[in-house]
Amino acid sequence: MINVIDYEMGNLRSVEKAFERLGFEVRVSADPKDIETADKVVLPGVGAFRDCIHHFRDGGFVEPLLAHIDAGKPLLGICVGMQMLFDESEEFGRHQGLGLIPGKVVRFPSGMVENNERLKVPHMGWNNINIQQQSPLFVGTEDQSFVYFVHSYYCDAENHSDIAASCRYGDIDFCASLWRDNIMATQFHPEKSQAVGLNIFKNFGEL
Amino acid sequence: MLTKRIIPCLDVKDGRVVKGVNFVGLRDAGDPVEAAEAYSDQGADELTFLDITASSDNRGIILDVVAKTAERVFMPLTVGGGVREIADIRNLLNAGADKVSINTAAVQNPEFVRKAAERFGSQCIVVAIDARRVPCSQPQAWEVYTHGGRKETGIDAIAWAQQMERLGCGEILLTSMDCDGTKDGYDIALTRAVSDAVEIPVIASGGVGNLEHIREGLVEGGASAALAASIFHFKEYTIAECKEYLQQRGVPARI
Repeated sequence: MINVIDYEMGNLRSVEKAFERLGFEVRVSADPKDIETADKVVLPGVGAFRDCIHHFRDGGFVEPLLAHIDAGKPLLGICVGMQMLFDESEEFGRHQGLGLIPGKVVRFPSGMVENNERLKVPHMGWNNINIQQQSPLFVGTEDQSFVYFVHSYYCDAENHSDIAASCRYGDIDFCASLWRDNIMATQFHPEKSQAVGLNIFKNFGEL
Repeated sequence: MLTKRIIPCLDVKDGRVVKGVNFVGLRDAGDPVEAAEAYSDQGADELTFLDITASSDNRGIILDVVAKTAERVFMPLTVGGGVREIADIRNLLNAGADKVSINTAAVQNPEFVRKAAERFGSQCIVVAIDARRVPCSQPQAWEVYTHGGRKETGIDAIAWAQQMERLGCGEILLTSMDCDGTKDGYDIALTRAVSDAVEIPVIASGGVGNLEHIREGLVEGGASAALAASIFHFKEYTIAECKEYLQQRGVPARI
């Protein structure tokens, strides 16, 4: 059973539909207790880091999630769900993350220029990823595959060994996917990345 | 490299695509779910449904269309038309939309955009701006129109785009009322002026007749994405042909 954590931050239907389409048993649950009985957990998230982490803490999800990770069971963070795994974010002031991965979440600088064109923030659309490590998520995924991003903040990982894939926007190389033992995450949205994204979900579901 | 997005737009009325979609392999040219799936297979980067259902009694139908599309198509989906209240946004997102576009309601109450962005996140709030050239203005200026381009507002389009950005919208869908339907190309000066005035992405819309028009909107206009309807719906070009055309001319496109 794949448990998608519903802490009232964002639309989880497409994540659920994607796993269903692939034939996995999946449930979207707002009950922290459901994490205990799940084989795998998906931590999604959209919107502001501050709101996400507060909802997550207030909802009582931290302890069950840490227990799930300690038990060696797989976790997949998506977008802000990945950002929350880091030490801290500077979105709307400084906010503590879960501190599972060393590093911080910072904003793309304003006024980046590429080919004489000012780069927009949010970084929105399809960009290619540079696979750094053969994370379990990337089985069957070609290097330089295009995936769908939408975010204004990115993860600046302290340890290169945590980065499974990077992505370049302007002169910034940021962490597009991380992998440490049973913790996996993507800054992009696999549920919006067509065949490439569905393959990532398939890999996670089959772990 | 971040690629420029190509976004086909489907006008949906009472659950059916109006004006039709005429390409090979569709059993039913009027079914929006089938059309969405076909565009996904062709390599569209996003999809937009514009709900032009006249009667508010039939508004629930679009939710059903969105839900069915979200079960079969795993790409970003934007829905616009008749989005007036927080509940409208919630219902569309719950059905499976990723973004909603707000037009008239933003003009009537700009605070609605702030509330929507705070509640659901900037990434899913698109503000649609219908703009028309102000005759003989120097420098060139554009005025915002509402109600499908029928009602003037006296608002300057560039200042309006900046205000919407400040209130938290994540993207601007910019339609030129002068060019819409002409097939003479986007209003490049308008697209460039708005794109340079805001940090958020701008989607060019209104007037596409050929692939060169799309290139112009993305390069000369500085748009992050190009929205088009009829050139993809009928005969003329496939999404793949469009992407190849762009790539050959040095415009980053996802192929």
